[in-house]
Amino acid sequence: MSSTDAPHEDLYAGSTDTSEGRVFTVSGQDWDSIAAGLADQPEERVVVNMGPQHPSTHGVLRLILELEGETVTEARAGIGYLHTGIEKNMEFRSWTQGVTFCTRMDYLSPFFNEATYCLGVEQLLGIEDDIPEKAQVMRVLLMELNRISSHLVAIATGGMEIGALTVMTIGFRERELVLDLFELITGLRMNHAFIRPGGVAQDLPPGALDDIRDFIALMKKRLPEYAALCNANPIFKARLVGVGELDLSATLALGITGPVLRSTGYPWDLRKTEPYCGYEDYDFDVQTWDTADSYGRFRIRLAEMWESLRIVEQAADRLAGLEGAPVMVADKKIAWPSQLAIGSDGMGNSLDHIRHIMGESMEALIHHFKLVTEGFRVPAGQAYVPVEAPRGELGAHVVSDGGTRPYRVHFRDPSFTNLQGTSVMSEGGMVADVIVAIASIDPVMGGVDR
Amino acid sequence: MSDDQLPSGGETQDPSTDVVAADAEVERAVGARTGMFGVEGSGDTSGYGGLVAPIVFPGAAQRPYGGWFDDVADALQERLAATDLEQAVERVVIHRGEITFHVRREDLAFVAQMFRDDERLRFELCLGVSGVHYPEDSGRELHAVYHLLSMTHNRRVRLEVSCPDSDPHLPSLVSIYPTNDWHERETFDMFGIVFDGHPALTRILMPDDWPGHPQRKDYPLGGIPVEYKGGTVPPPDERRSYN
Repeated sequence: MSSTDAPHEDLYAGSTDTSEGRVFTVSGQDWDSIAAGLADQPEERVVVNMGPQHPSTHGVLRLILELEGETVTEARAGIGYLHTGIEKNMEFRSWTQGVTFCTRMDYLSPFFNEATYCLGVEQLLGIEDDIPEKAQVMRVLLMELNRISSHLVAIATGGMEIGALTVMTIGFRERELVLDLFELITGLRMNHAFIRPGGVAQDLPPGALDDIRDFIALMKKRLPEYAALCNANPIFKARLVGVGELDLSATLALGITGPVLRSTGYPWDLRKTEPYCGYEDYDFDVQTWDTADSYGRFRIRLAEMWESLRIVEQAADRLAGLEGAPVMVADKKIAWPSQLAIGSDGMGNSLDHIRHIMGESMEALIHHFKLVTEGFRVPAGQAYVPVEAPRGELGAHVVSDGGTRPYRVHFRDPSFTNLQGTSVMSEGGMVADVIVAIASIDPVMGGVDR
Repeated sequence: MSDDQLPSGGETQDPSTDVVAADAEVERAVGARTGMFGVEGSGDTSGYGGLVAPIVFPGAAQRPYGGWFDDVADALQERLAATDLEQAVERVVIHRGEITFHVRREDLAFVAQMFRDDERLRFELCLGVSGVHYPEDSGRELHAVYHLLSMTHNRRVRLEVSCPDSDPHLPSLVSIYPTNDWHERETFDMFGIVFDGHPALTRILMPDDWPGHPQRKDYPLGGIPVEYKGGTVPPPDERRSYN
């Protein structure tokens, strides 16, 4: 036993000499082996590979950090670990089925993915002005609830990554309330495929408005807790203030939008500058901050949740006056033929509709069959209708060749673009600040890799 | 739906609606669609297999374009005329309230620089590049589409460039719009378009040693047939389906 003098024996941890230099593999609680191994080296420069399976990288993000002591001299992000070929898959399904794919991209803001895709398809169809008012209000309601749940996760995971576990637990506690509302309205907590070309999948269920109002009332009590916990907390501020700075010219050069852009003091919000879904009819303010750092981005997210609550409140009031109004475009060549209903065995096609197509009208059956299997044709051309997602400008470049399936759909995801700021935000700073900087971008890897 | 509907966006985004005449457009065919179900050589006796329909995209628009479209086109034309590059813009397409400048690939970098720097254009933000593959558009198979946003004027334009499959090279815009770094890597990864002048054009989403470029139309999905009780259903891209 020649190795008894070694401190421990670990098959997976150890060091090897390669042409690139000495490579250490550490698996936890053996970090001193690096320090000891490097003691005889002339310089303290070390390249650390962090992730893709690391709890602080905000998903399956791989970071390649070059460190000198504890200072980051170079930071690179490696992505692609969650690439699932969603854009390619959409080319082999009908226009309506495409929603089911794109809702899965940025899984924290599914309604925004659906909305930008549907707005693009509707522009190509030339039916933007025919979308019923109630469908537009419901889209706004769902998107703003979604913005709240997404910002809650951003704050919760960002807090967890710097050790503020209470922020995480209360963040997920409130997010659960939003997901309950989603479940009530769409039937699903995630991956809703609820916003469809032409409108939304179904009407609000009975009692939904009451639950939404209860939620608003509760959130008005709960949101101040975040401010009380964090805003003036000296530890929280010590970790966030002045970290991950990026000024206006850098954000524009790197194409970074959303809270990171607004933290430089520039009030750019597509809901105000290019209103879609009727956002011009709602009363809300664009939130900015002037420090261009992680703390400013946190405060913007917190303030945007208040603004979203204001919009949800107004949308709920408008929906109260729209009971029974249509939620799908009137054009029968585009609108989904059946409505869902809750039966004794759960949700499914409404029995009235089944009776109609199976027992009463042969033409209705043909119509149903053609629309569900073949779908509708979208005139050839291309469209790009962006929306203000929680992370910035999200847009779908929709190309049609006149067929029943998308010819090409490309999503300009804000997480993908904003993640390019990693290097600029973290180089020259401490290694612990890399985590804070990335958390302030709030990338969602499902959207980055698509 | 041949008439153009213009957007109901912000006030500055809304060009006057009466100027663009639909019949001023010449449509551009990029291929043909045959049959009804996307299959060939099967025993289709429905008669639909004989259908042939051209795939036509909206064609070039004629002046005046209407609204701020003319301001942008004028400012660009003036810049190009000053450097003897009038031919840089091959044609301008206006469709569904969006304006697209089709740019010669050798002049792309210059045109993009003008779009960014000219104070009458001032498109500060590039929303990345999106590739599109038209296998039947011979000589122009690979397209790269850039969306530009002017925050100063609250306008959006689209630039479209094409290159042949046999010579898939485009100039990189990273030096003008640094945000295109990852976007060009993605388009290279997915379509095989080589952006000359990119600082490090490597794959970004697919593994480094991946063969082929998955978003091209000739790239198979790689699905396996679904088997059930002795019968098989082919993978989605080989399945009989509407086209």
